[in-house]
Parts: sequence; structure tokens; C-alpha cells
Amino acid sequence: MRVAFMLNGRKVEAEIEPRTLLVTLLRGSFGLTGTHVGCDTGQCGACTIHLDGRAVKSCLVLAAQADGREVLTIEGVAAEGESGGENLHPLQAAFRDRHALQCGFCTPGMVMSGLDLVAHLDSPDEAAIRHGLDGNLCRCTGYRPIVEAIAQTLREKG
Amino acid sequence: MFPFDYIRPQSLAEAVAAHDGLERRYLAGGQSLLAALKLRLAQPTALIDVARLPELSGIDIEPGRLVVGAATTHAILAECREIAALAQLAGSIGDLQVRNMGTLGGALANADPAGDHAAGVLGLGADIHTDRRVIAADDFFLGMFETALEPGELIVSVSYPRPRRAGYAKVRNPASGYPVAGVFVAETDEGVRVAVTGAASYAFRLTDFETALAQDYSPAALEGLTVPADELSRDLHASAEYRAALIPVLVRRALGQGGEE
Repeated sequence: MRVAFMLNGRKVEAEIEPRTLLVTLLRGSFGLTGTHVGCDTGQCGACTIHLDGRAVKSCLVLAAQADGREVLTIEGVAAEGESGGENLHPLQAAFRDRHALQCGFCTPGMVMSGLDLVAHLDSPDEAAIRHGLDGNLCRCTGYRPIVEAIAQTLREKG
Repeated sequence: MFPFDYIRPQSLAEAVAAHDGLERRYLAGGQSLLAALKLRLAQPTALIDVARLPELSGIDIEPGRLVVGAATTHAILAECREIAALAQLAGSIGDLQVRNMGTLGGALANADPAGDHAAGVLGLGADIHTDRRVIAADDFFLGMFETALEPGELIVSVSYPRPRRAGYAKVRNPASGYPVAGVFVAETDEGVRVAVTGAASYAFRLTDFETALAQDYSPAALEGLTVPADELSRDLHASAEYRAALIPVLVRRALGQGGEE
């Protein structure tokens, strides 16, 4: 079957088997390997992307379900800079400033869930942020700097 | 996953016509179904994607009732403050990503013994509207992963009566996030209802607790009431006795949250 959707602001198309997972399509066909496969069972959140502006686990979504919708991956989060580089999103900059990553494996998923929280939470309430990160596992940081990075971005948003 | 065909009908009528009543399955958010397919626990010949059907979308605020489309995600329901206890329940399901994809109708049709929504529909005495009839919540859950839905029958919406007050309390398994036990308590025009999920093969009501709370909607009314452990689940997360001890505690907590609606 054929699917077509918006991927990081550009229209893409692909011929797929109906059982193809969205994460498989993103990584295998489009080379967007920033979306990680940690557990492949929907537990770890490393494969989190946005579907129509909401964080979802791309290992628990069929590529066919994305047809006609908007997909955002970690590669589409930073804006293009003037000198060909990238201007980090404020949340990515906050992750860097707060040392919110160590090995980096969970980081793309953390940023994508964090962006959802930055968009939908009213205030930088720590309990709400931690509740929102329930679906993302990190084995390095102990979560505190990640929570702080999201809270900082929420405060800056005002 | 075994191979399957993918069908996305444009209307409710098309969706129901596409179901053969045998080997095909409806797909809503897929947060339980796709996980099951990955484990090869099911082998449907086709998935019929109903997540975007207009008939299953949207929340209607009616006098005395809230009618929620079956394809409404837990996240959207959590943001709808019309029935605060229901919003709180929806906001406590799974995790952020599951709530953004998983749907009310999908959760009810799946009928996981630890599903949160089972407590909500049973506790409020909701009506489940399908493509062919209306099923009262009391008649909907028949067993573990078993409902009154006929083969090919599709949930279209759930109509909740607006409670005077209601609350939901649960203890989550820290690993899975599913309730070890969850209790929804509500007072509606029809009376007081107490529904329990996660503690047995399917959600059930505590009628003796309901009778006591109808007299006095407060923890004091529950003095001396217990839950027999005989028919409760026992697994590696909790013994039946533990769940029996937990349920009255959760009833009290749910009462404590029961702000005026």
C-alpha cells in the first residue's frame, strides 16, 4: 500500500507493507535514525515522535496510521541556522545547559515528550512534568536534570 | 506481526460493512492491539482503522449528559473538564504517549481486566452506543477481555450521566502503570454507584457499599463493610487478600476527591 504524509514539514511518500511500523519507515526508508528503538514493546519511549502535534510511540503506530497526517521527529525540531548549522530549540538548549543527557539514547524521545509537555502544560509544576515523563525511561540521569530542563523551558515560555 | 491488510473506511456504514465478523479487527489507537499483534497473540486478516471516522469523533455536552465519541483519545478526554473525575481518570491512564493515541472505545472494546475506563463507565452508569444498539454499562463487561459486543459490532460513543459528585482512586502497578485496583465512586440522579477495576476478571460494583453511601456519602458510612477476597485476582503483583484490603481504602480516597461537579 501507499502512504503519504508530512514529515518534518516536507511531503513524503512510500510504498509499504500494511504491517510496517512507523518507526521502521522513519529509520529504514527515510534514514531518520534519531528516533531510537529501545524496547520495541511500547515501554521505553525512545521512539517517541509527534503525530499531529502530540507525542506518540512510533513503535506502537502503524505507518499506515500516519497517512495524511503530520509527523515530527527529533531531526525536525531545531530550526535551520543562517550559516547552514542548526539553531537548537529552547528545550534542546535547556537539555544542554542542564546536563539533561548522558549516554543520549533516551534523549530524542525525552525531547519529543518534553515538547508535548511544553505545549500543553499550564505551569512548570514538577509533579505534572514527572507524570508526563512516565512513558520515557532514562537509565543515566536520574531524571532530575530532564525535569529541570522542561520546567525551565516552560518558565521561559511564560 | 503476521501480515494483514489495512482498510481505512470513510464512514461508520463503510466500516461496519468492511467487517466480516470473523477474521477482521477494528483498529482505533492500537495501543493494546498492536502490542498484542507484535506478540502474535492474534492473527487478523485485516485491520479496519476507525480512528478518524467522523461519527466516532467529538464530545457533545448535552443537558445532564456528556456524550463522548468512541475515537476520543484519553488525552482529549483528560482535557475536557465537564466531568472532573472522568478527566482525572483519563489523565491517569498509561502514559503521555498512550493517552495521545489510545481511545475510549478501543479501551472498552478491549476490556482489559485492569482498564481504567471500565471503572468510569460502570461507576457512572454510562450507556454504550454501538452501530446497532445501546448497551448499559452494567450489561457490557462479561469476562476477562470479553464484552457484550457481537462480532463486527462497533462502539460509536459513550453517554455519561453528569454526576452530582464523583471521584476515582487507584493504586498503580509501578512497572506496568495498570491499576492493581481502581475505584470509581459517583452520585448521580439515579443514586450512588461504586465500581472496581483491576481486582477481578472484569469490573464489578460493590452494591453494599452503594447502599451505605446512599444514606451517607462519607467514609463514616463504610464502617464495618469489607470486600470478600474469594473472587478477586491473585497474581505476582498482589494477593487477593491484599486487593480485598485495598478496595475499601480506595473507596474512601475516591470519596475524598468527590468535589461537587
